[in-house]
Amino acid sequence: MARRHPARDDHDASGGGEGSPGGAGGSGIGRRRFLGYVLAAPTLTVAAEFGVEALAPREAVAASALIPSLPGPAELLDLNELLTLAALPTSNLITIRMDTDGTAHFALPRAEVGQGVTTSSAMIVAEELDLPLEKVKVTLADARPELLFNQLTGGSNTTYSTYTPIRVAAALARARLLHAASLVLGAAVETLTTKAGAVLSPAGALLGYGDLAVKAAAVADAAVEVTLKDAGGFRVIGTARNRVDALEAVTGRKKFAMDLQVPDALPTMVCRPPTINGTVRSVANLAEVRAMPGITDVVTVSTGVAVRGRTFGQCVDAVRALRVDWGPGTAEGASDATVLEKLRRAELPLVVPPLPLLTKAVDARFTFHFASNAALETNCAIADVRKDSAEIWASVKAPIVAQEKIALKLGLPPTAVRVHVTEGGGSFGRKLFSDAAQEAAEISKALGKPVKLMWHRTDDFRQGRTHPMSTSRVRATYSLGEVLTYEQRHTSVATDFGHGIGEVLTAEAARLPVADATFSETMFQLTQISPYHLGVTTQLLAETDKGFNTGSMRNIYSPNVRCAQELVMDELARRMGQDRYEMRRRLLKDARARAVLDKVAQAGRWGRSMPAGTGQGIAVHTEYHSAVAILAEIDCRPETTGRKVPNAYTGPRVTKVVCAVDVGLAVNPRGLEAQMMGGIADGIAVTLTSGLHLSDGHFLEGSWDQYFYTRQWNTPPELEIIVMPRPATSRAARASSRSPAPWPPSPAPTAGPPARCRRSSPSTTPSRSPSPPADRPARPGLAHRRPRPHHLRPGAPCRSTPSS
Amino acid sequence: MPQHTFILNGKAVTADVEGDVRLLWVLRDVLGVTGPKYGCGVGVCRACTSHLNGKAFTPCAVRVDDVAPTDEVTTIEGLPDTVGAELHPMQEAWLDLDVAQCGFCQPGQIMAAVATVRKAREAGREVTEADLDTIRNICRCGTYHRIRQAVLEGARRMA
Repeated sequence: MARRHPARDDHDASGGGEGSPGGAGGSGIGRRRFLGYVLAAPTLTVAAEFGVEALAPREAVAASALIPSLPGPAELLDLNELLTLAALPTSNLITIRMDTDGTAHFALPRAEVGQGVTTSSAMIVAEELDLPLEKVKVTLADARPELLFNQLTGGSNTTYSTYTPIRVAAALARARLLHAASLVLGAAVETLTTKAGAVLSPAGALLGYGDLAVKAAAVADAAVEVTLKDAGGFRVIGTARNRVDALEAVTGRKKFAMDLQVPDALPTMVCRPPTINGTVRSVANLAEVRAMPGITDVVTVSTGVAVRGRTFGQCVDAVRALRVDWGPGTAEGASDATVLEKLRRAELPLVVPPLPLLTKAVDARFTFHFASNAALETNCAIADVRKDSAEIWASVKAPIVAQEKIALKLGLPPTAVRVHVTEGGGSFGRKLFSDAAQEAAEISKALGKPVKLMWHRTDDFRQGRTHPMSTSRVRATYSLGEVLTYEQRHTSVATDFGHGIGEVLTAEAARLPVADATFSETMFQLTQISPYHLGVTTQLLAETDKGFNTGSMRNIYSPNVRCAQELVMDELARRMGQDRYEMRRRLLKDARARAVLDKVAQAGRWGRSMPAGTGQGIAVHTEYHSAVAILAEIDCRPETTGRKVPNAYTGPRVTKVVCAVDVGLAVNPRGLEAQMMGGIADGIAVTLTSGLHLSDGHFLEGSWDQYFYTRQWNTPPELEIIVMPRPATSRAARASSRSPAPWPPSPAPTAGPPARCRRSSPSTTPSRSPSPPADRPARPGLAHRRPRPHHLRPGAPCRSTPSS
Repeated sequence: MPQHTFILNGKAVTADVEGDVRLLWVLRDVLGVTGPKYGCGVGVCRACTSHLNGKAFTPCAVRVDDVAPTDEVTTIEGLPDTVGAELHPMQEAWLDLDVAQCGFCQPGQIMAAVATVRKAREAGREVTEADLDTIRNICRCGTYHRIRQAVLEGARRMA
């Protein structure tokens, strides 16, 4: 494969064009000239297709004193590029419509779950159309099966794959408006300009876009060549803008799925089994529960017993009153210990041969516990299933898969199922799946009535998807101050890729036992990058145990794989007597990664003198054409770890984070900062406080007072996020779709660490594994049908790092 | 069916519903007021945070028959009216600092922020970093840092 990663090359001045999201030159198409389409419509309507991106051959890596590593597959073609390429054939269907009030409308075939893609997409339209941002209305498109792969929100891919087509469509709209104005004014197009939603003539005449919307409309579809703006003239893209939906959010007017009023769609909940994916054998008191106040219906479905009623509160009461005989689930009797044992057995062997004299090794094994990707909005969906059709409202990132799966379940053709993509209250990986939408459709069909289905919080934790438990075994050998080999064997409970890459055929392929190992390994190899020259490098994945409901959580494998590698880097530096920052800096392959690392070291004052019991950590990561570095300071002094906040888990506090991020062109730097802020909150949570405990076939955590996601008392008081300026010669054009999570700070302190933390770093996340307070029974929840054991494993702070 | 009367966002409202239903569901499912969100149902995520007689509370944890006819319930929808403006200063601070990401928790965050400032003022002082640490509302998007900045900015604007 002769593709190269534009992001991994230094920004040079050769080739390239502003219209190419991947940024590199070399294709036969002029870099700023693209074909768009005007479509026959009452007012101006335009469409665009992707320009083919071509990437120049990778230049040889020049490195002197270090042992170079061959590029890994993800450095040549990563998941992001795969998604972009997959989207090519069908993406010419992205349209912009200009209304007579001068408003441009664009239905984005992606999900907005907080990552800010409606804002960044509106900015792209505003830029190319010379229209004020507030005159651009971006909505979320329904499921459009004709888009095939091009309606998946994932892999940090939204802006990367839609940047150019949106620009092409907007540029074409502008060209048509100019043309219409030239006819009205009797002036040559070349003499006209556009500004703030109007066409201006040299004589001072001004025509609003709204007045031209009908005149600019076409009576027949036609292909038209269009030239994009020169990036040097950008006035919107690359500037910090506030979210377009902020006012709706702060006034409570923003409508999430459960805020929609669909006629007769009454609150509905499901009584779920006590163990993961258990099944209903029988229900003892159906009639009695049906007669409870407010309850209209009770019915057994494949996932449990559904109740529908006037209020969710009454549904909760009914669910709690149900007496159900449950069959076994898919993880009966499983506990953290049994899963760990399975992982150990599934681990692929390391292959480095016996070591020559003077060569030493770091041998490490890391455990990453199950973590919940639950959003604050629990799984939910509205479904109205009729005899010949169905209508669904849900926040889903793969709406075509949802549509086709629901059609299959209902026995309807996909065209009879409409899936409306609603605003999502967070995703973090959850909304790649349409669990609630499929369930709502099943219940609505069973009842013959519309339902507004919402999962109880406790079910969302105990039966909802999780980031799978995994281990990473690493062996790195070194001699005379250089790293000779790096081997990593990542072993994970299977990650469900049932969402495919947007379309049901790949979704189903991911479920085939034969295809599956290959699919997972493909995803692993498409996403994992070892950013350092560590000599002979191998990173392999093995998966086991499909008994769990799993999925991504702010990325797929990287949060664990790369965290383990960064911790090993710290250990290598310590063993070789090198500075952790300087060693990383020297071994990094990529200049952009080195630049962000330097930036945080400088802005965060790496190596500064700090009080005993506090310290700094530093880490860097490259993925999806982006590079990010984090410098963090942590306070492990007893007065901090023992600080009291009522009913809170406190522990060590990350007191300061400096983050530098380079995504190429950040369409909206303020949105990008927000994404990094969120990633940092996640990193702190999975490193220090939040994890799920598995016991006897079910997770113990049942609510937010047991699953300790980062709260204000664990938020760093000091936070600085630096968006790297776009180099003048950069050709990369990417932006603020969900960015890779920055790595958890590696908390091994530099100066004066407390004795128990000295020379140690966590080998388990969360490092403290906090558990539900023993003096406080687990909250009543729907999946509570068994007594909860309270003897949870003790905390394991600062477990020592593995030795050679 | 029993009737329950209380003052919601400045107006008397009556809901016909069983008395043991939690106020959150009366607001959302009976009265159609959807600013307060469900995130846990047991008062720990605080996404439904609203004000009861000016103080922060979680409607998910209060039975409707425990709400008296004279009780004033204020949700995010009624917050601007408490200052007689289009937006409360805290909402303006939230907009200026571009706090929201998905936005699901933000109505509760803003109601908690206003109550935190009021509580400090009643104690004769201004909001401190320690006060910010005690705000329990979960933001799963992790907007905490901007929330901290916005609470301080909103406090400055609250006369």
